[in-house]
Amino acid sequence: MLVSYQWLQKYVDLTDLTAEETAEKLTRSGVEVDAMTNLSEEIDGLTAGYVEACEPHPDADKLSICRVDIGEDAPAQIVCGADNVAGGQYVAVAKVGGTLPGGMKIKRAKLRGQTSEGMICSLQELGFESKLIPKKYSEGIFVFPEPVTPGSDALSLLGLNDTVFELDLTPNRSDCLSMLGVAYETAAILGRSVKKPEMPVTESSEPSESRVRVDVAAAEANPYYGATVIENITIKESPLWLQMTLMAAGIRPLNNVVDITNYVLLEYGQPLHAFDFDRFNSDEVLVRYAENGEQMTTLDEETRVMQADHLLITNGKTPVAMAGVMGGATSEVQNDTKNILLEAAYFDPVTVRKASRDHGLRSDSSVRFEKGVDPQRVRDAGKRAASLIEELAGGRVLLPPEEFDQLDRSERQIRVSLTQINGLLGTDLTVEDAADVFRRLQFTFEISDETFAVDVPTRRQDIFIEADLIEEVARLYGYDRIPVTLPNSATTPGKLSDRQKKQRQTRRFFENTGMHEAVSYSLTSAAKEARIGIDQQMPRVDVALPMSEERSALRTTLLPHLLDALEYNKNRNEYNVHLYELGSVFLTEQTAINEQPDEKTYISGAFMGRWFEHAWQKENRDVDFFAVKGVLEGLFAELNTSERIAFVQTEKEGFHPGQTAAIMADGIEIGFVAQLHPSVAKTWSLPAVFVFEIDFDELIKGEMPMSYQPVPRFPAIDRDIALIVDKTVSAEEVADVIRREGGSILTNVALFDVYEGEHIESGKKSLAFSLRYLDPEKTLKEEDVTDVHETILKALYTALGAELRQ
Amino acid sequence: MLERLQELYDEAAKKVDDAVTLQQLNDVRVAYLGKKGPITELMKGMGSLSADERPKVGQKANEVRESLTKKIEEKEAVLEKEELNNKLKNEQIDVTLPGRPVPKGARHPLTSVVETIEDVFIGMGFTVAEGPEVETDYYNFESLNLPKHHPARDMQDTFFITSDLLLRTQTSPVQTRSMEKHRGQGPVKIICPGKVYRRDEDDATHSHQFMQIEGLVVDEGIRMSDLKGIFATFVKQYFGEDRDIRLRPSFFPFTEPSAELDISCAMCNGEGCRTCKHTGWIEVLGAGMVHPNVLEMGGFDPEKYTGFAFGMGVERFAMLKYGIDDIRHFYTNDARFLRQFARE
Ligand SMILES: [Zn+2]
Repeated sequence: MLVSYQWLQKYVDLTDLTAEETAEKLTRSGVEVDAMTNLSEEIDGLTAGYVEACEPHPDADKLSICRVDIGEDAPAQIVCGADNVAGGQYVAVAKVGGTLPGGMKIKRAKLRGQTSEGMICSLQELGFESKLIPKKYSEGIFVFPEPVTPGSDALSLLGLNDTVFELDLTPNRSDCLSMLGVAYETAAILGRSVKKPEMPVTESSEPSESRVRVDVAAAEANPYYGATVIENITIKESPLWLQMTLMAAGIRPLNNVVDITNYVLLEYGQPLHAFDFDRFNSDEVLVRYAENGEQMTTLDEETRVMQADHLLITNGKTPVAMAGVMGGATSEVQNDTKNILLEAAYFDPVTVRKASRDHGLRSDSSVRFEKGVDPQRVRDAGKRAASLIEELAGGRVLLPPEEFDQLDRSERQIRVSLTQINGLLGTDLTVEDAADVFRRLQFTFEISDETFAVDVPTRRQDIFIEADLIEEVARLYGYDRIPVTLPNSATTPGKLSDRQKKQRQTRRFFENTGMHEAVSYSLTSAAKEARIGIDQQMPRVDVALPMSEERSALRTTLLPHLLDALEYNKNRNEYNVHLYELGSVFLTEQTAINEQPDEKTYISGAFMGRWFEHAWQKENRDVDFFAVKGVLEGLFAELNTSERIAFVQTEKEGFHPGQTAAIMADGIEIGFVAQLHPSVAKTWSLPAVFVFEIDFDELIKGEMPMSYQPVPRFPAIDRDIALIVDKTVSAEEVADVIRREGGSILTNVALFDVYEGEHIESGKKSLAFSLRYLDPEKTLKEEDVTDVHETILKALYTALGAELRQ
Repeated sequence: MLERLQELYDEAAKKVDDAVTLQQLNDVRVAYLGKKGPITELMKGMGSLSADERPKVGQKANEVRESLTKKIEEKEAVLEKEELNNKLKNEQIDVTLPGRPVPKGARHPLTSVVETIEDVFIGMGFTVAEGPEVETDYYNFESLNLPKHHPARDMQDTFFITSDLLLRTQTSPVQTRSMEKHRGQGPVKIICPGKVYRRDEDDATHSHQFMQIEGLVVDEGIRMSDLKGIFATFVKQYFGEDRDIRLRPSFFPFTEPSAELDISCAMCNGEGCRTCKHTGWIEVLGAGMVHPNVLEMGGFDPEKYTGFAFGMGVERFAMLKYGIDDIRHFYTNDARFLRQFARE
C-alpha cells in the first residue's frame, strides 16, 4: 500500500509532524513504513510556463522552437523535441540551472544552431514510472489540463511536494489497505480525531430501482449488492489533483469515472465497479455461481473458463464481471459512455480468493475482497463515488441504490479484564491506561468491575479474542514500556539428550581428523542418485510441483551432493578436500505416498587428494581405503561402539569392486565404506574418491557401557608370529581364530605386517601379528604362554591352513 | 719428598688447566695418576724414610692424588659440555621450516551458530527438541492457527508432496509436537533448531532451504515481560553485553500479541549505518505470546497456561556474526569458505 502524506493529511491533522516522524511512529506501533519517497527531492527550478508560440525548427524535422512565458521579464526560447507540443499549452518548465531526477542538470544549450533556455518536461522526466503515466502524456510533454499562472511553482501545482510511504503490511492489518484505515491508525497513535470524507449528492426524484433490478442467487458469497444508476455523464480526463493522487498511489489514470472508482477504492478500501449501462444490455443484475466451463471475456481481452465455485455478475443471461476480481470487456466504460451502473458490493473472501487464484488474477479489488472489506463501509463507498461522479462527470444520480442486502454489519463484542491484560503483558496498567487506548482506537466500550466490554468496529477484521485486544493495548501503550522480567516458574534442568551429545561428539571427532563439515540441499533428483547406482525407479519422496528437475525429490543418500561439492572444489584448484555431512535422508516404501517418510539421520563422508601432506620432509600420503577406515574406527571408538562393528568385504554398484566394505553392527549392515568406482568418479571429473555412509542411529544404538579394568600389577609377555596363509584368507579371519583360542590371558592381538612376493609361494601371503599375554592374578610363566601359543598355532593350521613362516 | 710431591701436583695441575680436549686430559690422568706415573714411582722410595716422616709423606701423596683426581674430573665435565655443544651446533636446523601439520577441520558456520545458541538456552533451563522435516499440513499449519484458505498461508510458499504432506516451512510444528508430549502439563521450555524449506528462487538473500531455531516456553503465569527478559539475557550472551533490544508489534498467526525483536546495530552502535539501513536497529527474530488456539491444539488449557514462542533465522545470525554477504555460501561447501571456520 502506497500512502501519500498529503492525502493522509486530509483526514488527520499532521501539521506539527514531519513525514519522517509520522513514519517512525507508524512503524513502531506495527504498521511498518518500509520505504519513503520524497517526490520532489531531486527536482529543482521547476516552474509553470505558457507556450506563447511554437514553430518548427528550420534545420531539424523533429524539433520545435517555442517561446515560453515563464513569468520572467522576457519569454524564454526553448527547443522542444516532443510531438505534442503546441502553442497555447500550459506546461512544466525546468529552468536553466535547475535539476531533474537522476541528477540531470539543465543548461543553456544550442540545438542545431538555436538557443534553448530550459526544458519543457514530460512526466517521465519528472520521475514517474512510464506504466503510471496516462496514455495522453506517455509519448510527449505533460500539459496542464487547466490554465495556470506562468512562473508559479509547478511542484505544488503538480502535487509533487509530497512524500509517499510504502507500507509493508502484515496480513492481519488489511484495514490499512485504505487511506481511512491508515488515518484511523495514525489518529490512534497520536490521540487525534479522524475527519471523514464528505459526500454531498443532489436529491434525486427517481430511485435506481426504476431502472434496474438486483437479484442474488448466492447470498452467502454476496450478501450485499448495491447498484446505483447514474445518467447523462460526460467521460473525460480527470482533474489534475485526481490524476496526480492516483499516480502517487501507483495507479494509472484512465478517465474520470474509472479514476473515481479507483480513488474510492484507495480511500475506503472498498472496490467498486462501473458498468456502461447501455452496453449492459439488460435491466437486471443477477449474481450467481458460474456453470462449469462457462466462458467470459475480461477487461484484459482474455477469454476465461469458469468453474462452478466462481461467482459471476450477469445481466440475467450472460456474465458481465467476475465478482470482485475483474470486469468484463463488453460492458466496459468507454469514451462515449453516457449512463453507468455503479456497483458497490460485499463478496465473500474465500470465494474471491479461489477465483483469483484459479485465474492467476490479482487485482487491487481482489486483494481487498480476499482480506474482507468493512461491511459498514460498502454503502458509504458507493455514495462517495456517486457524489464525486456527479461533481466531476456531471450526470444525475438515481437514489437510493437498488440493493440486495443480507449483510451482517454487527460489531463483535469482546470482554477483557484488566487482570487479563496485566497478566499477559507483565504490566501494571490502570483501568484508565487501557481505556485511553480503546478511546484512541475509537472503539466503544463499557467498564464494569475492571472489565472492559469492547465493541470492535467492523473495519478491524483482525480482532476476535481477548489476546487481540490485549495486543492493541500493548502496541499503543508501547512495547518499549513493557517491563523486563524472568519467568517465575520452577527452574528446569537444561541439557542435551544423549543422542544430541553424540552428534556433537561425532562432529568434534571429524573436525579433529581434518574433515570440514558440509551442509547440502535435501532436494535432489532420482537421476543424480542413479549416478552412484541407486535405482531410479525406487519409491522416493517427490515434490508435487518441483521448481526444477534438479530439485524434484528428497534425497535418500547424502553422497551425490558431497561429490558435487568435491567437484566444485576441484574446479577451483582445491584438490585435497575431505567433507562430512550429518543430515536427514528420506526413505519410503510407498509408490503413492500418503504417510510421512522414514527420516533417517546419516553421517557420510567423501575424501579426495592428499590425506597427509608435509612436503618438504617428503611425508605425503594420498587418501586410501585405510585412511577412511581409520577415521571410522576412531569414530567408533569415540562413540564406544567398536566392539559391535565389523567390516565385511562386499560389492556395491557404483563402487570399486575390490575396495568396498559393508559396515556391520551386531551382524546387521548399517553402512559402508568404499572407493567410488573410477568410472563413476569420472562422471564428476574426480580423481580417486573414497566415501562412507552410515545410519547414525543404528550406529549409536546399544552402546557398551564403559567398565573400568584395574591397571595390571603383573608384567605382560609379548610374542610375535608370522604366518603363511592363502591370499583369500582375510586378516580378520586369522585374528578371530587367535582371539578365540587365546583365552583369557590373551589381551591384545595386533597385525603388524602384510607381505606378498619374493620368498613367498604365489597365491599365498604372510601375515604377522603381535600377541600380548597377561594374567591379572599372577606373573605369567613362559610355559603358560607357550601352551596357549601352541594351541593357537594348531587351530590356525586346522581352521585356515596357516603355517608358521620359517 | 714433600716438596717433590708438591712440585708434581703443580706441574700436573698446570697441564690439566692447559688441556683443551678430553684426550689431552686423559693423557694427563694416565701420566700422573697411572701405575707408572711419577707419584707411584716416588712412593716406591718411601722405604728410605724415617718412621716419623713416612705417614706425613703418605698423607701428602694421598692429598695430591685426590686433589688431582678432583681437578681432572671438574675439567672433564667442562670439556664434555663444550664438546657436546660443539656437536649440537652442527645439528642446527632452520626453525622457520613448516612443522608437521596436525589436521583441523572446520565446523560449519550454521552448526556453530546453532550450538552456541543451544548452549545459551540450555544455560537458561531449555532442552533441545527435534521434529521431522517432512510434515503434515496439520502440524505445519492447522495446529498453528493457520487453517486451510487462511490468507497468511501466502506468507510462505510451500513445497507440497501431497495435499497433506509437505516440507516444513518453519520449525514451529515442533511447538505442537512438544506440547503434545507434555500432555497438558507445564513447564515446557524447548528450543528446536532445524532445516526448513520454502519455494524461493536461490539468490544472495533467498534460499529454498534454510535453518531456523524455534523456541517455546509454556507454563502458568508466563508474561510478555518474561519474553523480553529471556531475550535481553540471550542477546547479551550471544551478541555482547552492550547490545540493546527493542520489540516492535508484528503479526504471526500462532502468537498474539506478536513482535519483531530488534537489537541495536553493532556496526554503528545504533547511530545508523548501511548494515542497519540507517535505523540503528537490526531485526533478528519474530516472537509473541502463544495464541490460545495453539495452546489448546497442543493440549494445554489456555485458561490456565500462557506461553511465548520465538523463531530466528540461523543464516541471518551467521551472516551478521561473520559479515557473510551471500546466503548461497552456506550450501556450496567451498573449502575456501569452510576452512576459515576451523578457527572457531
Ligand atoms: Zn548500523
